[in-house]
Amino acid sequence: MQAFTQLNGVVAPLDRANVDTDAIIPKQFLKSIKRSGFGPNAFDEWRYLDHGEPGMDNSKRQINPDFVLNQPRYQGASILLTRENFGCGSSREHAPWALLDYGFRAIIAPSYADIFFNNCFKNGILPIILNADVVDSLFQAVEADEGYKLTVDLVTQTVNTPDGKSYPFEVDAFRKHCLLNGLDDIGLTLQHVDDIKTFEIKHKAAQPWLFN
Amino acid sequence: MAKTLYDKLFDSHVVHEENGTALLYIDRHLVHEVTSPQAFEGLKIAGRKLWRINSVLAVPDHNVPTTDRSHGIADPISRLQVETLDQNCVDFGVTEFKMNDKRQGIVHVIGPEQGATLPGMTVVCGDSHTSTHGAFGALAHGIGTSEVEHVMATQCLVQKKSKAMQILVEGELGRGVTAKDVALAVIGRIGTAGGTGYAIEFAGSAIRSLSMEGRMTLCNMAIEAGARAGMVAVDDITIDYLKGRPYAPTEAQWDAAVAYWKTLHSDAGAQFDALVELKAEDIQPQVTWGTSPEMVTAINGRVPDPEQESDPTKRGGIERALQYMGLEANTPIESINIDKVFIGSCTNSRIEDLRAAAMVAKGKRVASNVKLAMVVPGSGLVKAQAEQEGLDRIFLDAGFEWREPGCSMCLAMNADRLEPGERCASTSNRNFEGRQGQGGRTHLVSPEMAAAAAVAGHFVDVRTML
Repeated sequence: MQAFTQLNGVVAPLDRANVDTDAIIPKQFLKSIKRSGFGPNAFDEWRYLDHGEPGMDNSKRQINPDFVLNQPRYQGASILLTRENFGCGSSREHAPWALLDYGFRAIIAPSYADIFFNNCFKNGILPIILNADVVDSLFQAVEADEGYKLTVDLVTQTVNTPDGKSYPFEVDAFRKHCLLNGLDDIGLTLQHVDDIKTFEIKHKAAQPWLFN
Repeated sequence: MAKTLYDKLFDSHVVHEENGTALLYIDRHLVHEVTSPQAFEGLKIAGRKLWRINSVLAVPDHNVPTTDRSHGIADPISRLQVETLDQNCVDFGVTEFKMNDKRQGIVHVIGPEQGATLPGMTVVCGDSHTSTHGAFGALAHGIGTSEVEHVMATQCLVQKKSKAMQILVEGELGRGVTAKDVALAVIGRIGTAGGTGYAIEFAGSAIRSLSMEGRMTLCNMAIEAGARAGMVAVDDITIDYLKGRPYAPTEAQWDAAVAYWKTLHSDAGAQFDALVELKAEDIQPQVTWGTSPEMVTAINGRVPDPEQESDPTKRGGIERALQYMGLEANTPIESINIDKVFIGSCTNSRIEDLRAAAMVAKGKRVASNVKLAMVVPGSGLVKAQAEQEGLDRIFLDAGFEWREPGCSMCLAMNADRLEPGERCASTSNRNFEGRQGQGGRTHLVSPEMAAAAAVAGHFVDVRTML
């Protein structure tokens, strides 16, 4: 996993609440057996006017000019600004894979669905929670100023605006540690092999039917 | 100290804890073809093995055709995904119910059906509807593919404890009002983010009266309320359901298990972080009108008017939903005509669901404006039982199609899908844009309500037909 420390990037606004993971990456692309290559199909049904299927040459498809991420001013964005309950619905990790492959490394929203939130951290994406009023003011700032950039600093846990405002955010200490260092969870857990084995022996003695 | 059911399940599986982050031991890992290939690949690359092979049970369900399977899967990409699961299960020694096994079916139907889901277990699967298994007094939730790999390699999940919410439904559900209607009414009340950060326990006399099938429907939709886990306390209904199932314990182990399972309920006086109360008598048959499960009303209701909504984000959401759904504000729900009917999915494809739908369809005909009404049993065993009871004849005589088991048109990864603009009465769990096919319009209902809509050609109060 790629480490995340600090990011200075263009902000793209997606002004919708309850954006679900079916919208982030539609089901037909879940047939892939790989982790990569989902970026061209992120938000497929909103982003293109024609119907997308795996294996299509996306550069030849009809772009939806009304979809916000297609506007020239938001090209190259690495920070996604959006509304409440982002990433609800399916547990598909293809959603953060698609966002990462598209180029997003951080998301800012008032709230997220639990499974999606968790999946982001496993893939080097930082989902930041800021309160709804701050998010609202950021939407206005992005709208007003073409090329609007924010600086996200995971070390100090702040989102910093070009005009010098700094918004603190919370992040779980363990997740922060893993993101800052790009650490693989499995390796960390396997440091507790003895604990797992001890637990398993006790658990099996108490409920042997779980091990049939 | 008095503990909630969630406390008991969580605390009894903590292997290690540090700064509020726990390593939680996982008893059962269910696997399907869509969210596992990258996890198996990760293990192979790292040279890792499965920690405990017999904790894993695999089945292909999302990509499988529901029509004749004797020639395999036509779509080469779907076929490759299913073949990849088959190969991974061989390589790692995992038990798999393959596509043509009579026990094959939707992962959340076959786990309980086999007794592979038991009270007191922690159950995970790379699928958000894993919450279903909480109906057995288990702690069950969906995980992402990285976590699938993590559980395969370590038998553990890195978890923070959630808050606990109790949803209390007291009273008696009316005739024609089902667990699905309770689930939708709850989501209508608390919203799709209402349960975010919580594990939900459903309790109260209306819940205790539900069959295991009904409890599974309810817990299945906990995730649509934002909660990763839903659960119901163990009682005699739970224990009776499990007795004699292939993976359930037997003889002396059975007695010991039952004695333990009977402790799996919230203690008197246990404290919840949130409480939601509904009266069973107030719940009517529900129909969703929008593109989120919280966009729901009773059958005798109307499509809402965005003008009445003061919050601009919510108003925008309603306007966008009505436009996508092709609906006018204030339209009575009963006047909405449908094109297709889907009875199936991990929410509503069990034997009781099929019996209830068949009772409504019996002796009637699917309306002429309905292009397709399909019944997709949740597993090969559900299908066989339904056929033994003659339910297939009832559906076929009424003009429904009777299909092979799988996820089917709940998410349309196989060939079953809506065409743009088509409107469907569906017993599935999500009405998101494009969920059942790009441009398709989904209305979530119970099996009874879906069968009634098939016969009427539009939504109708099933209580007038019983």
